[in-house]
Amino acid sequence: MLVVDDAVIGRTFREESGRSVATLIRIFSDIDLAEDAVQEAFALALRKWPTEGLPPNPGGWITTTARNRAIDHLRREARGRELRGQLIEGAEETSGEEAGPVQDDRLRLIFTCCHPALSTEAQIALTLRLLGGLTTDEVARAFLVAEPTMAKRLVRAKHKIKAAHIPYRVPSAAELPERLRPVLAVLYLTYNAGSGGPSGDGLRQEAIRLARSIASLMPDEAEVAGLLALLLLTESRWPARFAADGSLVLLRDQDRAVWDRAMIEEGQTIVRACLRRNRPGPYQIQAAINAVHADAGSIEATDWSQVLALYDQLLALTPTPVVALNRAIALAEVRGPNAAMALLDDLALDDYYLFHAARADLLRRIGQPIDAAQAYARAADLAPSDAERAFLRGRLDETG
Amino acid sequence: MPRYLLSTHVADGDAREPMTDEQMQHSWQAINALETEMKSAGAWVFSGRLHDADTASVVRVSGGEVVTTDGPFVEAREHLGGFYIIEAADLDAALGWASKVTRTISAPIEVWPFADTAGG
Repeated sequence: MLVVDDAVIGRTFREESGRSVATLIRIFSDIDLAEDAVQEAFALALRKWPTEGLPPNPGGWITTTARNRAIDHLRREARGRELRGQLIEGAEETSGEEAGPVQDDRLRLIFTCCHPALSTEAQIALTLRLLGGLTTDEVARAFLVAEPTMAKRLVRAKHKIKAAHIPYRVPSAAELPERLRPVLAVLYLTYNAGSGGPSGDGLRQEAIRLARSIASLMPDEAEVAGLLALLLLTESRWPARFAADGSLVLLRDQDRAVWDRAMIEEGQTIVRACLRRNRPGPYQIQAAINAVHADAGSIEATDWSQVLALYDQLLALTPTPVVALNRAIALAEVRGPNAAMALLDDLALDDYYLFHAARADLLRRIGQPIDAAQAYARAADLAPSDAERAFLRGRLDETG
Repeated sequence: MPRYLLSTHVADGDAREPMTDEQMQHSWQAINALETEMKSAGAWVFSGRLHDADTASVVRVSGGEVVTTDGPFVEAREHLGGFYIIEAADLDAALGWASKVTRTISAPIEVWPFADTAGG
């Protein structure tokens, strides 16, 4: 018999709780009831599974158990109230394990969590809590806020969903482009929030897992596939991203032998499918840029003219200063650092550390070490994580 | 069915560029058409446009007596200018109506759920 320990149950919780919570919200139209019941079902699993063994369908077991728990709760509260009684009857008739609607439940839930009427912070917190199965404390730590602050944020968001009747359904085709945007942004922000160092492993994996499940639920949405590919290709370089001392290693200096080939393969397959579909969007183009890097054996062997062409396309779609900065960095590889420097002067990015890091690098290559040192110092001051600060200070020492 | 307040706020003092008669008429027609649409969809409950805030009065109980003073209640730069009360199946439906209103009157619309509707 397979040994069922806390780790196995913890993993099952991560993988299955979102599905169960989503299904129970559909049945009972009550987020808190759904959350509590699923929590109780896992507590029961922790007691039962180690002695009785893993049930054949652990996710289905959790959903069914949670549904029965929720019905018990309602019974205890109901005491003859007719409305509740009807709800219980309805719930008893609904199976928690049908394949079709269950799949849609998670989609419905992510569109509720990422409704544009909720703040971005609330969207991310709800998504990680309800779909990702993270505890309130875990969500709080991921975003560096105190647990009570995050708890209050979650309570307020759930209250707004209920009070304002934010619907629990997949938006119509006409609404979809506007409504999909915050969903993808939440997943991308979640991934990035986990990019500061190894402590973010869970968040990055969660973002990839959710992107993967949304991509499988919405196979016709090219940008969802694009986001998944972008996350996979970015994640493939993770093993090479940090030096032994914890400082950041730039793409140019990374040991490409340790890049995760399986993730690259999966990401590139998706990028190729996107290219065939020919409905480009910002996530797909960023994925394609990363796919070009993944193809190259070294920074010199990179097809930079291809990278630059993709940045041209990205800048046309999303004309932001940050995209213009990244395009300028690519341009430096094709036409030299002087051409790129000329572009940087026009960008209003004085508070953005990567702007100063890029400027410093170009100045160093042009042969202006004093200006380069100044720019590295400014970048280090603004850098958000220890790893990045350590890297930039290192560069500053080399330059100065 | 849930009810929502769709409200618009006007800033005191900075009256917008006055409309020509033709623009005014065009605007009225558009607003009327939208109200007709709301009514035939069963969404419209009540609506109204308010006079400027300096026409408001406030009554309050002070020392056991009801005292009336010159309003408005809130000393703010912006005041309620007009509102719709609508019925909608959910927030998305309410936001749908709000989008039509904001397009028609070219001002932002705040969408607030009522707390005391049956079933909500």
